[in-house]
Amino acid sequence: MTVAPPRVITRAEVEDFLYHEAALLDEWKLNEWQELLTDDAAYYVPPNDQLEGDHRTTLFLVADDRERIRQRIIRVLDPNCHAEFPKSRTRRLISNVRIVARDGDLVTVAANFVCYRYRRYERIREYVGAYRYILRCAGDSFRIKERRVLIDAHELGTLGSVSFIL
Amino acid sequence: MSVRSYIIDDREQKRFLLDREVLVSEDVLRTERAQIFGRCWIYVGHSSELKKPGDFRSRKVAGRPVIFCRDQAGNFHCLFNTCRHRGAIVCTEREGNRRRFQCIYHGWTYGNDGRLVGVPGADAYAESFDKSSHGLRRPARFEEYRGFWFMCLDEDADPLPDYLAGAKDYIDLVIDQSPSGQMEIIAGVQEYDVAANWKLMVENSVDDYHLPATHSTWLNFMANSGVKIEPPKEEGLVLPTRGKAVELGNGHFTTDNVNFRGRPVAKWIPLYGEAAKAQIDDIRGELVARLGAERAGRVADTNRNLVIFPNLVINDGSSVTVRTFYPDGVGKMHVTAWALGPVEEGEDARARRLDAFLTFYGPGGFATPDDVEALELVQQGLANWADDRWSEMSRGMGKEGEQLNSDEHHLRIFWRRWNELMGAQT
Repeated sequence: MTVAPPRVITRAEVEDFLYHEAALLDEWKLNEWQELLTDDAAYYVPPNDQLEGDHRTTLFLVADDRERIRQRIIRVLDPNCHAEFPKSRTRRLISNVRIVARDGDLVTVAANFVCYRYRRYERIREYVGAYRYILRCAGDSFRIKERRVLIDAHELGTLGSVSFIL
Repeated sequence: MSVRSYIIDDREQKRFLLDREVLVSEDVLRTERAQIFGRCWIYVGHSSELKKPGDFRSRKVAGRPVIFCRDQAGNFHCLFNTCRHRGAIVCTEREGNRRRFQCIYHGWTYGNDGRLVGVPGADAYAESFDKSSHGLRRPARFEEYRGFWFMCLDEDADPLPDYLAGAKDYIDLVIDQSPSGQMEIIAGVQEYDVAANWKLMVENSVDDYHLPATHSTWLNFMANSGVKIEPPKEEGLVLPTRGKAVELGNGHFTTDNVNFRGRPVAKWIPLYGEAAKAQIDDIRGELVARLGAERAGRVADTNRNLVIFPNLVINDGSSVTVRTFYPDGVGKMHVTAWALGPVEEGEDARARRLDAFLTFYGPGGFATPDDVEALELVQQGLANWADDRWSEMSRGMGKEGEQLNSDEHHLRIFWRRWNELMGAQT
């Protein structure tokens, strides 16, 4: 018996997946977004001055394991999450998508993003940076094992907070 | 200089009102720069940020660019990051290790002790030009208390330990978490702006009255994580356990609360996970052996939010954060926050401390973004200040004796001191 060779992954497939994810996030469909995650998924936003830091030894802005992501979503969907009520309108543009590594069913993906965030009476906030994903192949699609958001700004500054899923 | 009072402090009617003009006025901000930031001790940085001779950090302290550094002999300095020649910033890197700082404009070069050591084409200057008097300028005073370095622009200020007054006891209590009495700033800085007057952050940092309304999602999260959130048992309290407000002199104050939210050193909560229980027991055992049961209980079973007037906050709550902020205009402040931990902390304990930090604090935490929202809503609401002039701050004034963390006694301490330093007639 021969083992089937791992299927070929194309950039177009990865792009489709990331665009789908971006749409769910921009539309605040966070429970559907959660379904894209593996059971051991993690979500990281490192501090602006230590982009390559380790969350166990460096103070991050966000360092969520799967359970913390679940709790974060309960929180941000609650009308008492004042920083996100009324909800920010966000619009993210994703580009420069690259498959940078492949290890069995794990695919490392890099992409650039701009995320515009609007709230009433407030200045526009423009989050610019890079996404780094570790995706797990699942059927003809993917699940997110790790999602890391690297912000280019030297300090969060006028961006203020990361109270939504960036 | 004497100006009208910005507060109405009516001890007979037991009312305290604050004139909202202080949160929106450019004139007030100008006066604050001279009377508050020009006279008080202002936090610069922590010894642990500069481990070796030559280490430096460039940052803004109360709006002024400075170099916080150590010279070759290991002495600490705070230098104005401004070339004596024509005024350019001389150190553009955030951090590093250097013997010299060279201005890129004409090449004047300074040692890491601030001395001017190089002037290209020095022969074009007359003999009266004295290199030794052209070292980088520095604040009039620069002193340390247990690793915390402060600068003061007023030559005649009281020595730092006198200025800190009763706040020293609470700094000591925070530091007692460390077996060797040494805490360190952990890598990773959080720098964010809040579109609100800087003094609102002082109020918010110690105001426990706001927790149930502003942070109900955090209380939910704690409950979801297995922490018992019981209704308050005593009149006036808003949180599950008792907490009080304590005046520490010179405008400093703190909350002093019985802990319910867990302590990395050393009170276990289910959020930390079963595997952490034994480790927390060990940390607690060390505390008791070193400090005795009573003091260990103070360290491990109580938490505090400490304000060192005017703009340093040490929140020793879910984790320890050192937070400072300064105004950039009347309706905007820059905030800088770090995590602080014992130098000898083990790998798991350190990871737990950082995780606990993020359950509450910081721009991605489960509580701070809502604080920021509250302060920004205040600032927006203040556009009506001229027609709705006074903020109400009388909670707790009607009773004798101890003031609770949910009263506004400590907020009044801040405003009375602020009002006095601003030269107000009372």
